[in-house]
Amino acid sequence: MIENAWLIPVLPAVAFVVIVFLIRQFKMLSALTAIAAMAVSFIISVGIVWEIIQGGATMKKPVEYFVNWLDLPGLNIQAGILIDPLAAAMLFVVTFVALLVMIYSVGYMHGDPGFSVFFSYLSLFSASMLGLVVANNYFQMFFFWELVGLCSYLLIGYYFHKPSAVQANKKAFITNRWGDFGFMLGIFFLFLVFGTFNFGELAKAIPKYDNVAFLTLAGILVFIGPIAKSAQFPLHVWLPDAMEGPTPVSALIHAATMVAAGVYLVARGFVLFHSVETVALVVAWVGGLSALIAATIALVQDDCKRIMAFSTMSQLGYMLMALGVGSLTAGMFHLTTHAFFKALMFLAAGSVIHATHKQNIFEMGGLRKSMPITTWTTVIGALALAGIFPLAGFWSKDEILVAAYTEGAYALFGLASLVAFMTAFYMFRMVFVVFWGDEPEGQHAHESPLTMTIPLIILAFFSIFSGFIGSPLVETGFFSYVYYKYPHPPEPNYMIMISSTVLALAGIGLAWLIYGKKSISAEALKQRFQPIHTLLYNKFYIDELYLWLFDKVMLNISTAFNWNDRHIVDGIFDGIGDLTRAAGARLRFIHTGSLQNYALVIFAAVVIIMLWMAVPALGGI
Amino acid sequence: MDFPILTAILLAPLAGLLVILTIPAREELLIKITAALATGVGLVLSIIAYVGYDKAAGGMQFTEYYPWVEKFGIAYSVGVDGMSLPMVLLTAIVIFTGVFASWDMHYRTKEFFCFLLLLVTGVFGVFIARDLFFFYFFFEVAVVPMYVLIGVWGSTRKEYAAMKLTLYLLVGSAFALVGIIWMYLYAKAKLGFATFDIATLGTVAYDVSFQIPVFFLMLIGFGVLVPMWPMHLWSPDGHVAAPTAVSMLHAGVLMKLGAYGLIRAGVFFFPEGAKYWAPLIAVLCIVNVVYGAMVAMVQRDLKFVIGYSSVSHMGYVLLGIASLNLFGIDGAVAQMFAHGIMTALFFALVGNVYHKAHTREIGVLTGLAHQMPKVAVGFMIGGLASLGLPGLNNFVAEFLIFIGSFTKDQVLFGFLHFRVLSVLAIFGVVITAIYVLRVIQRTFMGPRDPRWDHLSDAKGVELVPIVVLCFTLILFGMVPSLLIDVINVGVEPLIAKVNAAAEIGGIF
Repeated sequence: MIENAWLIPVLPAVAFVVIVFLIRQFKMLSALTAIAAMAVSFIISVGIVWEIIQGGATMKKPVEYFVNWLDLPGLNIQAGILIDPLAAAMLFVVTFVALLVMIYSVGYMHGDPGFSVFFSYLSLFSASMLGLVVANNYFQMFFFWELVGLCSYLLIGYYFHKPSAVQANKKAFITNRWGDFGFMLGIFFLFLVFGTFNFGELAKAIPKYDNVAFLTLAGILVFIGPIAKSAQFPLHVWLPDAMEGPTPVSALIHAATMVAAGVYLVARGFVLFHSVETVALVVAWVGGLSALIAATIALVQDDCKRIMAFSTMSQLGYMLMALGVGSLTAGMFHLTTHAFFKALMFLAAGSVIHATHKQNIFEMGGLRKSMPITTWTTVIGALALAGIFPLAGFWSKDEILVAAYTEGAYALFGLASLVAFMTAFYMFRMVFVVFWGDEPEGQHAHESPLTMTIPLIILAFFSIFSGFIGSPLVETGFFSYVYYKYPHPPEPNYMIMISSTVLALAGIGLAWLIYGKKSISAEALKQRFQPIHTLLYNKFYIDELYLWLFDKVMLNISTAFNWNDRHIVDGIFDGIGDLTRAAGARLRFIHTGSLQNYALVIFAAVVIIMLWMAVPALGGI
Repeated sequence: MDFPILTAILLAPLAGLLVILTIPAREELLIKITAALATGVGLVLSIIAYVGYDKAAGGMQFTEYYPWVEKFGIAYSVGVDGMSLPMVLLTAIVIFTGVFASWDMHYRTKEFFCFLLLLVTGVFGVFIARDLFFFYFFFEVAVVPMYVLIGVWGSTRKEYAAMKLTLYLLVGSAFALVGIIWMYLYAKAKLGFATFDIATLGTVAYDVSFQIPVFFLMLIGFGVLVPMWPMHLWSPDGHVAAPTAVSMLHAGVLMKLGAYGLIRAGVFFFPEGAKYWAPLIAVLCIVNVVYGAMVAMVQRDLKFVIGYSSVSHMGYVLLGIASLNLFGIDGAVAQMFAHGIMTALFFALVGNVYHKAHTREIGVLTGLAHQMPKVAVGFMIGGLASLGLPGLNNFVAEFLIFIGSFTKDQVLFGFLHFRVLSVLAIFGVVITAIYVLRVIQRTFMGPRDPRWDHLSDAKGVELVPIVVLCFTLILFGMVPSLLIDVINVGVEPLIAKVNAAAEIGGIF
């Protein structure tokens, strides 16, 4: 199967072309084409995972093949396939979630005029994302990195008649451009020294290179890419707004796969990020702080999709933190489980939105009765996210906490534990408000169709059980395949297991007291901590700061430049023109048009010339 | 003897012109069809030449040589190498699509197409000439019809813009002419015989003290056309005033004459001179890139946005040239091609909108994607190319330029590393994204505006430019080796010459 890996990104790309150019008119056929292509890609991915379990490729001995995309003297750019357990895990996650999201979308997007276009975009996205996953070099990574950004842009702005959607997609693209700027500079620095983009060659060359300052610079620059793509502080502002896109898109792109590309890049280029202490520290702290910032903001938001967007940002922060403290296994493991339960949460939210046409959680309530499947799958997702034993999130989050603790990063450990508490609180705040409580008047919700609920059930299954593959309960698991340098089987740390469980339960309990049982008044709390609430509700005013910088600084400079161009530069050149013309106007008086005058001038000239010629002959001078 | 394909490319538009002269002015459709046929033949021949070019052999191919004024060493001598061949193809594509973009022209149609074809003959001539005399001659042939085309068929302040453009270009070309004559005389003294043959002139060893002033003349002369800041203002004004097809040719091809001339008649003859002046070019081109993009951000007229975006994008070309290494100049030529296609696409689309809506004002035009989805898709592809999205032609070009400039080790003013300039230029991609997406958002997205419900989407022949140009952007973006390999064949000897030249410090 590994030799057929190239088909995985190619098939959805073909589906995209076929839908756009041939079968756009036929809605169901378009959807089926996209789903069929994805299904085959998924099957191949499963085959690859199977072969890896058989030992077909390991982290130390990956399978790599490529063709030259551009070959100049001194510059060789490859289009390649690199399959190792890391890529295989990611391939499985992406194809699996993409397939389920596509099936779900058949129900969710039913009756939408742009149905076929939607599926073509999803196919293009899947192709780009899978191309990114199998990349064997930084250039290819960057190439598809931008293309997934494009798809994200197109899909956030899918409802392009909504001004808020087109504002949001522009914001997403431009914020990501800052990341791309750093990323590009980083890989240029790498090219400058090592003369290659290839991951394998760089992994060999970097440890032998000892210019620390340079590696620090290159590492941090490359890391700016993941900061933007994985919505980490300070380039996170685009992700909450990205929720303007259709909900299946939020599940696929802005929760499970594309935003995880940043984490994947750090894992892929782990050698670079761990060659210097400083870079690893930056990765860990950016992740840790983002996790905290996002979690605090999520505490007070009232839009269900935005709550989950901040939750995603927070969980991605976790993953980066794990990578930063040195555990590739923990970070990638959490990426995998998170993809399942966060996609589940988003699709469930989509099911709710589909039924109620609302997104503000305080305008809903009591949906437990009318939407049982959605309710219980959401609860499973929330429990997994909160890290309750024995669901998937428990195992993966635990590994991150253990990694931070054993590496001696106690501050990060404390911070991550606090975040675990907040996560449990805000998730169940949402669950209790939306599914428990009283139904508001005029709410006529009903359960979603099967195409939507079946993916929910499948994802719920994975949210419960996928954690075991990486848990200390199994001999050979996730950790035996995906690792850096050598496998690190997890050692159960009961102290951490208990403390994190207690924190999570405390969070859920507090949420129940405030929003379930209502024995603590949410309103009173809000009044009491008004300034903090306002600050959090407005997301620390970071958006406002950026907007101010753009409107007041950037645009004013541009306006000044424009004025300079129109008045100073143009003025000087027009001035030269005017001067010439003025000179011409003066000289014009010589051209009197009178023959006598001309004759006089000619005669005078002749006389002068003759005198001048005659002077030597006369023996003078 | 082989079929003289280059002469055929040169004569195809001229033949079309002669046929049109015989057609009565009221037969507008016939005139347009003739123009389309003439340029279509040119396009087909250009593609044949492009495909038939032997990359392994390299050098000048499809050459023809007929002595003309032997006393002065002037000959009709044509040929193409890896640098000029993409330019010929670019010209052929742009004029072919430009004819279709002018399908709605109804005012003095006959004269319009005559001048258009004359203009494009000149442009073809510049790119295939191997004789400096004809190079300059064709250059002037291209400039003069421009004046008439803008002055008669233009819009917004057309007389002013036409005069401004013509004066800038003529003053510029006067500098270049002085440089060419000076060089001709110098070479004549050195060689012992007179020649305008570019290859022969290239073998002369020019003194450094001679190269420095003459390269400067070339820099001014061709730099105006690029356009290099601060001599750029003719271009936004000219773009805005010019009719659609002329804008397409003007930004798509004419600007490239400047950059091409700078490489062919500047860097090729005077590598030491180029090394001396490269820092100046590098500094000015950063102004082009960053300042041009920022000015584009605050424009209200769609054509001004594109005009300033051209200033910004051509800055990348100059950066590639200033790098004076393989990647830089490969990228510069590739960017000339890519920008030509992209900007032609933009002008074709804006022309389409303007023709129907009679305004180009951003903010007045809103939500056009509802009424003109195909135009919106085209604009989106052009915009994405403009901001350097991978998979489209411009990305590869810009990437090469960035690598070229980034890997250059040079320090300006004793402290400013060349790499810093490169970083500033790369930052241009962020600003470009801002202004491009801003235009797309305001003009094409948002709620449906009933004011524009009468606008019809592009259809029939109007689709030709959109389809052909988008296809070109995507083809060379996905398979860049089709373009870059050809260019590289032409650039390698040039770089060998630059590398062999004495290392002299730059001006700064």
